[in-house]
Amino acid sequence: MKTEGLSTLVALVEDNPGVLTKVATLFRRRGFNIASLNVGHSEQPGISRMTIVIEGTGAHIKQCEKHLYKLVEVVKVVDITNADRVDKELALVKIAAHGAERSSVVALAQAFDGEVVDVGRNALIVQLTASPYTIERFLSLAGDFGVVELTRTGLITMARGDVRRARSPVAARRPGSNHKE
Amino acid sequence: MIDRKVRTGGSIICDVFLEEGVTAIFGMPGGASLPFYDALYDYPQIQHYLMRNEQGAGYAADGYARALNSVGVATSTSGPGATNLVTPIASAMMDSIPVVFLTGQVATPFIGTDAFQETDITGVTIPITKQNYLVKSVHELPRIMKEAFYLARSGRPGPVLVDVPKDVFLDETDEPVPESIELRGYKPAGAGHRRMIRKAAELIGQSERPVIMAGHGVAISGAFEELRELAEKAEIPVITTLHGVGDFPETHPLSFGMIGMHGMYYANMAVSECDLIIGLGLRFDDRVTGRVADFAPKAKIIHVDIDPAEIEKVVPTAVPIVGDVKATLQILNPLVSANTHTAWLEELNRLRTNHPSHEPPPNEEFLPQHMVRYIYEATEGEAIVVADVGQNQMWASQMFFYEKPYTFFSAGGLGGMGYALPAAMGVQVARPDQTVWCVTGDGGLQINIQELAAMAEYNIPVKVGVMNNAHLGMIRQWQNRFYNGRLMGAELINPDFAKVAEAFGIRGIRAETQDEARDAISQAMEFDGPVLVDFIVDELEDCYPMVEPGASLAETVER
Ligand SMILES: Cc1cc2nc3c(=O)[nH]c(=O)nc-3n(C[C@H](O)[C@H](O)[C@H](O)COP(=O)(O)OP(=O)(O)OC[C@H]3O[C@@H](n4cnc5c(N)ncnc54)[C@H](O)[C@@H]3O)c2cc1C
Ligand SMILES: Cc1ncc(C[n+]2csc(CCOP(=O)(O)OP(=O)(O)O)c2C)c(N)n1
Ligand SMILES: [Mg+2]
Repeated sequence: MKTEGLSTLVALVEDNPGVLTKVATLFRRRGFNIASLNVGHSEQPGISRMTIVIEGTGAHIKQCEKHLYKLVEVVKVVDITNADRVDKELALVKIAAHGAERSSVVALAQAFDGEVVDVGRNALIVQLTASPYTIERFLSLAGDFGVVELTRTGLITMARGDVRRARSPVAARRPGSNHKE
Repeated sequence: MIDRKVRTGGSIICDVFLEEGVTAIFGMPGGASLPFYDALYDYPQIQHYLMRNEQGAGYAADGYARALNSVGVATSTSGPGATNLVTPIASAMMDSIPVVFLTGQVATPFIGTDAFQETDITGVTIPITKQNYLVKSVHELPRIMKEAFYLARSGRPGPVLVDVPKDVFLDETDEPVPESIELRGYKPAGAGHRRMIRKAAELIGQSERPVIMAGHGVAISGAFEELRELAEKAEIPVITTLHGVGDFPETHPLSFGMIGMHGMYYANMAVSECDLIIGLGLRFDDRVTGRVADFAPKAKIIHVDIDPAEIEKVVPTAVPIVGDVKATLQILNPLVSANTHTAWLEELNRLRTNHPSHEPPPNEEFLPQHMVRYIYEATEGEAIVVADVGQNQMWASQMFFYEKPYTFFSAGGLGGMGYALPAAMGVQVARPDQTVWCVTGDGGLQINIQELAAMAEYNIPVKVGVMNNAHLGMIRQWQNRFYNGRLMGAELINPDFAKVAEAFGIRGIRAETQDEARDAISQAMEFDGPVLVDFIVDELEDCYPMVEPGASLAETVER
């Protein structure tokens, strides 16, 4: 996955049925293209965390952030495109490998800190947890053997560093504060 | 006081209506909503108006909401009833109108099975509601009803849909209605940021050619006094959007009318020449700005809007202020110094004298403009006008001088023909003390003409003025101007509307000349009850001034 021209938003949303549909509808209607979307529980009960990688930068993304805020269920949105952060994605890659090729694939996986999680007669499954960029590099090299099947979770990400406030970021939101002045 | 009485879903809904001050609702029953109607039977305090199409019910609730600047309610059954509400829902969304739409749904065990009259109305309305709910259990209903009203009314208002399965109306709970609502993800703004407000005051102090652009947000926040104070204190001319008509008295020397595609020539020039725009509660719609790249080329823009997503959506802003107009002006006004702009006002007054867009052309023929002007003269401006869509809508805004808040209503955003008749009924129900004129085209009238039946049944004394030009006039104007006069689907063969009205049990009058028109208006005013006047106006008159699509406001044409 290329990161050029892409932005990354993290949205904390109420864990209600239909929220994902609302977010997806909003993106479709306003013409924002999603490169990847990951949804799961957050540290707070009742709040899900969405990591959204979108095409576009600057004012386009600012609008996207504001429109997300308009959804009643969206509690907080942070644009972390330029933050110092930990980016991870999990990939399962089934790679064709006959006989002698097998050890080459295993070596490649090890070079990327990957793990071989299944061994078949003519294929291996490699599990890789890395940045999207590293996964791209791995896939390109694995292509020499033949990538038979691929699944990726999409990016999850978190800003690095210490906790500044004891209060949760959710509680800290001020009225109208979503507009930077 | 927590009241733990056991109640059915249906009576919880009616109780919340009463708590929220709703005494009139508009709708049509059906299988899925019958248990609600059964509950309503026990609430004589709530008057139900049976409309003849759910679209009429939705628009009537919209009119009711606008007239009172509070929440209106429309209701329907599942499936076809709910889908008939879609147009008014989309309209309320575009125009920020607080309406709670209550739809019946098939019983919970049948949801998702393509049951009889099942439509996924919450799915359908996601992009056209501020919020919507499918109520899965009666225990959630008290909170959801309270939340629906709170969300509809607060912040940037808008439609909220509550879809209630048939069994949920009947199920019982002792769950009380919460006293207040706290939502983690929803905190409407109050007054804007102090630093930005100070910066706005500075810019206002430095400006030599300022203009206030007042929009719908002024009416929604009830900031009429504050707007007037600001304009008079610093001597700033005021221009409004279509939805801002009524924000500021239109005969005030500082009023320069409506801007935009069919705005006043002098208003469009004022904005093109000004050095500062103070935009209050408007969303810089494309009908307002003309070609955006050349909108107000010499001006810095201060933009006050309660919705952060409106700021810098269309125009670059020097001073963005996210906040309620009224609360913001209450802080801003004392920071603004008293000032005069004599030269600037002289220039604008000269423009107004030389380009009087607010006057009907001098003509012996009975022009559509005359119809509106005569209504203005006969009512001495003491009326509420509800306009439909098309040429009639533009003339209704141009040829009448609106002096007071909440006296002109129009569905500008979605621009759905057929709005005016049912909306005027909602307005009249909300304001029984007022004279309400519905100004509609001959085309638009026929979209919801069935509501004349409800008007007669409930004796709602709206005066319906049909601007009968035997055309979809706005369409004819565009085909003549931009499609080489190749008229296609622009002409109307109409019934005799006065007779149609009589058949519905409504007094009908036909007027073909200037004199007959004046006479018909005074007859209509004297008559105690609903009247329809069929004004047979000149068929070919076009609406000016006009900013052609793609042109800038500075290129406004007058003929
Ligand atoms: C045939 C046709 C021709 C038209 N021609 C014209 C024309 O010539 N000129 C014209 O002006 N319009 C015209 N319109 C209407 C136009 O399409 C828009 O509907 C209209 O301009 C919108 O006005 P608005 O921005 O004031 O109101 P809305 O669209 O109702 O927007 C209200 C704004 O106020 C904000 N707001 C709400 N509450 C508050 C609050 N408490 N505090 C602060 N802000 C708040 C909202 O967030 C929103 O941004 C035409 C429509 C049709 C159908
Ligand atoms: C429901 C709907 N359908 C179509 C249109 C497109 N449209 C805009 S103005 C107009 C003509 C309106 O004709 P009429 O009601 O006679 O008003 P006039 O312009 O003649 O005053 C049409 C068809 C619309 N706005 N709404
Ligand atoms: Mg017409």
